[in-house]
Amino acid sequence: MMEKPFAITLDVGSSLANKTGSWRVERPMYVDRLPPCCDACPAGENVQQWLYHAEAGHYEQAWRALVRDNPLPAVMGRVCYHPCETACNRVQVDEAVGINAVERFLGDEAIAREWKLETDAAPSGKRVLVVGAGPAGLSAAYHLTRLGHSVTIYEAGECAGGMMRFGIPKYRLPREILQAEMDRIFALGVTLEVNRSVTDVVATMESEGFDAAFLAVGAEIGKRTYIPAGDTSRVFDAVSLLRSMEGEAPPHLGRRVAIYGGGDTAMDAARTARRLGATDAVVVYRRSRDRMPAHDVEVEEAVEEGVCMKWLSTVKAVEGEKLVLEKMVLDEKGFPQPTGELEELAADSLILALGQESDLSLVQGASDIVVDGGVVQVGPDMMTGHPGVFAGGDMVPAERTVTVAIGHGKQAARNIDAWLQGTVHQPAPRHELATTGMLNTWYYSDAPKTVRPRLDLARRTSSFDEVVEGLDESTALFEARRCMSCGNCFECDNCFGMCPDNAVMKLGPGLRYAFDYDYCKGCGICVAECPCGAIVMVPEPT
Amino acid sequence: MKFYQTGSFAAGNRLLPLEQRSVQADAQRTNSLNSGHRACQGCGEALGARFALDAAMRATGGDMIAVNATGCLEVFSTPYPETAWRIPWLHSLFANAPAVATGVAAALRAKGRTDTRVVAQAGDGGTVDIGFGCLSGMFERNDDVLFVCYDNEGYMNTGVQRSSATPPGARTATTEAVGPEPGNVFGQGKDVPLLAVAHEIPYVATATVSELRDLEFKVRYAMTLRGARYIHVLVPCPLGWQSASADTVLLARLAKETGLFPVFEAEHGEITGVSKIRRRVPVEDYLRLQGRYRHLFGTSPRPDIVDRIQAIADRNIRRFDLLDDHSEQVSSAGRGERGP
Repeated sequence: MMEKPFAITLDVGSSLANKTGSWRVERPMYVDRLPPCCDACPAGENVQQWLYHAEAGHYEQAWRALVRDNPLPAVMGRVCYHPCETACNRVQVDEAVGINAVERFLGDEAIAREWKLETDAAPSGKRVLVVGAGPAGLSAAYHLTRLGHSVTIYEAGECAGGMMRFGIPKYRLPREILQAEMDRIFALGVTLEVNRSVTDVVATMESEGFDAAFLAVGAEIGKRTYIPAGDTSRVFDAVSLLRSMEGEAPPHLGRRVAIYGGGDTAMDAARTARRLGATDAVVVYRRSRDRMPAHDVEVEEAVEEGVCMKWLSTVKAVEGEKLVLEKMVLDEKGFPQPTGELEELAADSLILALGQESDLSLVQGASDIVVDGGVVQVGPDMMTGHPGVFAGGDMVPAERTVTVAIGHGKQAARNIDAWLQGTVHQPAPRHELATTGMLNTWYYSDAPKTVRPRLDLARRTSSFDEVVEGLDESTALFEARRCMSCGNCFECDNCFGMCPDNAVMKLGPGLRYAFDYDYCKGCGICVAECPCGAIVMVPEPT
Repeated sequence: MKFYQTGSFAAGNRLLPLEQRSVQADAQRTNSLNSGHRACQGCGEALGARFALDAAMRATGGDMIAVNATGCLEVFSTPYPETAWRIPWLHSLFANAPAVATGVAAALRAKGRTDTRVVAQAGDGGTVDIGFGCLSGMFERNDDVLFVCYDNEGYMNTGVQRSSATPPGARTATTEAVGPEPGNVFGQGKDVPLLAVAHEIPYVATATVSELRDLEFKVRYAMTLRGARYIHVLVPCPLGWQSASADTVLLARLAKETGLFPVFEAEHGEITGVSKIRRRVPVEDYLRLQGRYRHLFGTSPRPDIVDRIQAIADRNIRRFDLLDDHSEQVSSAGRGERGP
């Protein structure tokens, strides 16, 4: 027996012999939750993940994570109405993270540094036809190529871009940006054939040997309404006006221009009219501001540029140099009802922005493709009634934005891929949504949003220069770091530092942490003090 | 510091170089107080002791001896023959920890080993009541010891009796929630941090377990000084405060954010810095989470007593100048904290 000091009979023991984990009735567990930005993104971007790379200054990695879902980040960073920012939990703390601005920064960085898209998929030997080179078509072509399929796009017009080129004004999306991102998709191996209208998609597929087709012809025909007009040469439609800005001579609108409609196209038309020299651009809309389909940012920018709004009015007639308007009231259901009260509005021209329709002649020959309400009906897998023919973008029932179209392209590509392999695409199960209540926002530094500079107002209305400027590197980094990483561990070491029992093990950079259930007493401090809500308490298994 | 998501609030951050993170974020930290100790679930004192001693171990390069008074910390860490301590550690009696530490420092000086530093630690009972004579002597002689008090506002391991650090209105086994003035009396008790300041020793600081970086900074700074130094750390006690074990850090944060526990530093008798309130909350948000104040709410509430406690917080805010331009006023209960 070892010599021991006076009155000591036992060797020194370690407290490690005492497995305090046996006290526990509930145990903490690490989880991953779905951040609201990712949940809200119509293009299905993993926003939080690319921000995570950007936070560390790894911009190329961030961009590569971004283009896994969306091949057009520089376009997106300009024209997207960013539902991600509306959903962002940081709204409850100060302001939403400027996700859109960071996306644009990454997109511009990729163009400047000439990062290339890559694919390492083995060729499948399958040929897929994409009809229409708008955002949906390009997105589908890109994703299908990355899945190993050979893709050919038939575009009826003279060049690719669709509504991104012919609908969105230059001051929102400079054409060289659009071209650079599209060229990158073509460089990946997508074949583009312009001036190729498809009159019967089923016949074209059979005669040219395509295994599947994705239709994305958009909605490029401006809706008309009957308005008695003495001189119809003063009435234009917004889609044609915006299209004519690409090369053709723009029409002579005069100094006083009225725009009829309340959507984003109406705003674009009004702002374009201002830039073409109109001193008065008045938007006439039959309902009220809160019922307007145009996005807030578009309305705000239009008003800033001097566009006036005339709510609750319809255009009854065009009489010489003035319009006859009728005042409306909203009934209890929110529908506008005529009052019979008339007024006049001086206007040299009237632009109709009453929505758009699709030219669906290419599916008329296929009896199994259902067209309802002017749009093609598709299943949750984006497939029409005709096997192997899928459709997306503005020609199917959905919100008509570039982002939604890009999301359709991706979704369709995955379903087409599965269909070509004779399987059914199973989307990954969604995690539980990470809400603000799950976060401990104490830990986030106060940091208001870095607002993108706006082009000086005076210059804005006289030129088609881009209105919103981008962030520079340091502000983009700052903005990325405002991300709270809702629902997913970002390795802040808090659980490791705050455990009274040293029962959290740190596994090293990128590997996160693990619990030592031998000693964890289940106090729940780690759960309470996790900033991002990535730990839950669950009952101890019995 | 550049902006890093969580700034300096969280223990660490993947974007920060290791040396800029807290000691607690370091996988190689000492873990002075190891797993297997028998403190209750969510013990604030176990947390505070590891924070303080790990920081002191890093500051001294591991060349340090700790002396411990009797109390929860000693009882739960060293049931014979086990020990949870991974540092040289010495325990004698309840009252004499400051005197023993003085002796250790004197012995080291006599042996010419003044590089080895001495830290003494005790709960509020061993500091403000039972050990106060020895502590005052240690201050007065300016012995080279850092004394850390973990204040959980009562004698917890013996059954939650009142100490002179127990706040007014709080229920303990010796201040039951009965009669016209339920709980602990107003107007008694000791503010030992201010008594330490009055001794004009080189360094006095208060801290809580909710602000790890602040606590570590103060320990590190204290170890750069010689002479008597005192750090008073508020450590919520789920047992004695009758609070949820998960709320320990939250309660420490609220104690500071209400103004009830002023966090400050003083050197040689002068207050040199205060930690400003970031999101000010009414004391009720803090009191309601604790069963020891249950008699102030519920079926026969005592808003008059809550008001008196609020008056203490308001006085602290005034006296220590705890608000600045950045302090947010938060009125609704627990905003910014985790929902139910």
